[in-house]
Amino acid sequence: MTTAPTALGPTPRTPRLVDLFEHGLDAPICLTWELTYACNLACAHCLSSSGRRDPRELSTAEAKAVIDELEAMQVFYVNIGGGEPTVRPDFWELLDYATAHHVGVKFSTNGVRITPEAAGRLARNDYVDVQVSLDGATADVNDAVRGPGSYATALRALEHLASAGMRNFKISVVCTRHNIPQLDDFKALADRFGAQLRLTRLRPSGRGADVWDDLHPTASQQRELYDWLLAHGDNVLTGDSFFHLSAYGQALPGLNLCGAGRVVCLIDPVGDVYACPFAIHEEFLAGNVRETGGFAAVWRDSELFRRLRAPQHGGACASCAFYDTCKGGCMAAKFFTGLPLDGPDPECVQGYGEQRLAEGRGGRPRPSADHSRRPRPVDLVLTRREDPARPPVSDCAQDPLAGLRLT
Amino acid sequence: MTRLDLDRAWDLHPQVSVRPEPFGALFYHFGTRRLTFLKDRRLLAVVQHLAHARTARTACLAAGVDEGELARYGRALAALADASMLVGRIT
Repeated sequence: MTTAPTALGPTPRTPRLVDLFEHGLDAPICLTWELTYACNLACAHCLSSSGRRDPRELSTAEAKAVIDELEAMQVFYVNIGGGEPTVRPDFWELLDYATAHHVGVKFSTNGVRITPEAAGRLARNDYVDVQVSLDGATADVNDAVRGPGSYATALRALEHLASAGMRNFKISVVCTRHNIPQLDDFKALADRFGAQLRLTRLRPSGRGADVWDDLHPTASQQRELYDWLLAHGDNVLTGDSFFHLSAYGQALPGLNLCGAGRVVCLIDPVGDVYACPFAIHEEFLAGNVRETGGFAAVWRDSELFRRLRAPQHGGACASCAFYDTCKGGCMAAKFFTGLPLDGPDPECVQGYGEQRLAEGRGGRPRPSADHSRRPRPVDLVLTRREDPARPPVSDCAQDPLAGLRLT
Repeated sequence: MTRLDLDRAWDLHPQVSVRPEPFGALFYHFGTRRLTFLKDRRLLAVVQHLAHARTARTACLAAGVDEGELARYGRALAALADASMLVGRIT
């Protein structure tokens, strides 16, 4: 989020926002809501392991009840994702319902349903923002991660949005080892469409756990990214996801704090509430919106969220001179690489994370669920019966010809 | 950025949503998509008085700001106007 504190000049009594937020808010500022696990793509790093729809998905009526709650709690906006949210048949209905109820919508899409008509509809709604996912400034780099044809699909969506007069929609990039050299190209692409560039961090969550070792930026690329982000300031959005890089020195724009369970959270397609979108694991499951008391009760009373809002101790990081700027980094990144939650981030810019990873680690936790589409049909092996002459006799052998031997 | 005409009427931008918090308030602008924090409950009270005050000065005084603090609150309001959170009103 873009943040700008308005203070009455520096006074010694004014606490820093980061310190206020550490104790959590009565309602999230924004939250992520994965509407469906169904997806037409199968990106290698999908943080929700999406592909197949979960049959227990929230119904239209249940989703509207969640929106009513968000309105009552004055949640400014929801980040809708998936899966590919636009493949839900009621996607447009829910979008209109949310914005009519003063809950702004930002949604992430791979562009598959952004037709000229859909783009026109989006451009006319002031309370909607669109993020088109693109993980390479060129088709080869993008499609290697997101699948064949996905670059063309995204570019077509960008064309449609720009032609419809939509302004400042986002091109959302997950930074990888292969696209860090393309940062300037991404910026040029965004400028070409009148869009804004948004860069986010690759997390070892969902299927991302399987590719993180190969795809996460190298140490020198992290430095390159940090310098690039500092040079571009507020013009490039980051979802505040690179606060671990602040330990290089100057803090990056935005909220340099893990907001999990304090200012943000995730609602998944079946209504499960997790501390953050990158932590879909039972360890970070706070409750379900279908329970009595709904989402508000989960947000306010869940034991997990209370724990996350209690003062955190830096553990091994407490003695580091940079702990105050990076706060130990990303909880999900630590968890899914098998590092202790009170230890360094795996991508700690001081090198402590790498050191810990090299020392060996316990098993890496697996995501609690996998919604990936099966890559191919289940294998069947056809064999002959041992005695082909013997008739197939079973409990339902009702056929009058069963047992008949023709000699 | 540091000056705002205290002797004219101001309003919240129609696309701004305000959420009071124990430490002050959160302002979210749906047009610019910027989030702003107010770390002062009295400043929130000033903003809430703007809609029915003929000038920003009277809004400040109605919220309990004394003369000596007017300049400081004027600067805070100017910062909000700069972020398009406040707009001038024709009375």
